[in-house]
Amino acid sequence: MSARTARACIVGAFEHPTRKAPDKSVAQLHAESAAGALRDAGLTRDDVDGYFCAGDAPGMGPTSMIEYMNLRVRHADSTELGGCSYIALVAHAADAIAAGRCRVALITLGGRPRSEGVATGTAARLRSAAAPDQQWEFPYGLTTVNGYAMCAQRHMHQYGTTSEQLAWIKVAASAHAQHNPHAMLRDVVTVADVTGSPMVADPLHRLDCCVVSDGGGALVVARPEIARSLNRPVVSVIGTGEAVRYTHGPQIDLTVTAGALSGPAAFAEAGVTPADIRYASVYDSFTITVLLQLEDLGFCRKGEGGRFVADGNLISGVGRLPFNTDGGGLCNNHPANRGGITKVIEAVRQLRGEAHPSVQVRDCGLALATGIGGNLAARHASATVILERE
Amino acid sequence: MSTKQRVVPSPIASPETEPFWAAAREGRFLVKWCTDCGRAHWYPRAICPHCQSGATEWRPASGRGTIYSFSPMRRADPPYTLAYVTLAEGPTMLTNIVAADPDALAIGQAVTLEMVPSEDGTPVPMFRPA
Repeated sequence: MSARTARACIVGAFEHPTRKAPDKSVAQLHAESAAGALRDAGLTRDDVDGYFCAGDAPGMGPTSMIEYMNLRVRHADSTELGGCSYIALVAHAADAIAAGRCRVALITLGGRPRSEGVATGTAARLRSAAAPDQQWEFPYGLTTVNGYAMCAQRHMHQYGTTSEQLAWIKVAASAHAQHNPHAMLRDVVTVADVTGSPMVADPLHRLDCCVVSDGGGALVVARPEIARSLNRPVVSVIGTGEAVRYTHGPQIDLTVTAGALSGPAAFAEAGVTPADIRYASVYDSFTITVLLQLEDLGFCRKGEGGRFVADGNLISGVGRLPFNTDGGGLCNNHPANRGGITKVIEAVRQLRGEAHPSVQVRDCGLALATGIGGNLAARHASATVILERE
Repeated sequence: MSTKQRVVPSPIASPETEPFWAAAREGRFLVKWCTDCGRAHWYPRAICPHCQSGATEWRPASGRGTIYSFSPMRRADPPYTLAYVTLAEGPTMLTNIVAADPDALAIGQAVTLEMVPSEDGTPVPMFRPA
């Protein structure tokens, strides 16, 4: 199907089953996730010669976790692009493998915002006084939720998008989460449940927001011949893209994400179009996050996201584009406040035919995972990967 | 409804932005302009983000603008309204809308500057309906 041969394949994927881990350290969540992904791949720690992590890794970049896990690597990479880092790291691992810098790459994530009582999304955080944006944002109470809310407000103004349309994204996620025994929220909700839930930051309600969970995840990326030697379906990385957008530049536009760049780049490399995609993992920090990305990646035209997501179009077995069949960040898991890795993990499950039977997409040969990191109303990154079952 | 007065954290100036906050303490609102490309930008930088020129200068701004987008945080204590305001000078800045019923606000609405004292007394630029 694709125009290119894969640089690398995802051979191991593991989502830590915990959603609340007061008794575990962050390093432990990383290491337990790593062990799970290697077990899933049928490989051992001694096979790993490349290690990749992002801003959630405790200590000094990759060095602390490499020591904790007692790895022997010849390539290490730390890339901080917020919640989508792990999607970008799949690309970076594939590049490193193609360049011969490593053969088996391990990517890990872990964190416990739930146990630590982090006021996720609703309180302004002073990240660094030296950040050039700090003095122009922190005094005003820019949080995650009211930033994304301003994007939703603007999209509603420009395109007539409604709260009911946004609610359909949560409804679809909940329809999938009911089948996931690990999901934090397993109750199926209605549009009225979402629009009737308390307003957090107009126009986003509580049920427009993702869960706050402790947890972790890991991926193992390897050379194609290693993937083929393992007794598992082969999942190839055939297209990748990443990009950064920001508001304090020449022209503000809160209705467009960096996915408008990362998506087309990934499709061009893979030689496929949005119509070819059988399953999509789309980062769902908020309902509006999904809607904007679907438009920017070309699943529908800009401004038509509201109509596209309505009436169950994202529900597996019902709509045209099954999304987030694990329940996503909206219902299942948002480990460490960073949902990128679980997006890749569920795409791998779908391509292997290992999703829950109630949500498994038939003949799922081509899948996409895309995500946003940072704040759409300030500065953010997007990363996209297109994966194919060989 | 909370009766608490909202006092926001004070900005931490950098050597690059000290003139802005010094002017703010005198009640003046400045915007950075580039004398090479002739355009204003926000947030203020020594290097023009449009053309990379170092020939930037502070100029008094009109304090007039329109709401680009906004989001009331009704559950915060005290509540407040975050907004982007597009200045008459061109750039769009993150700010708060004060002295307004959040239900009466609209995108495109005209607003005017109000300097609001922060924790250490430094006034920060906010806006109220014009």
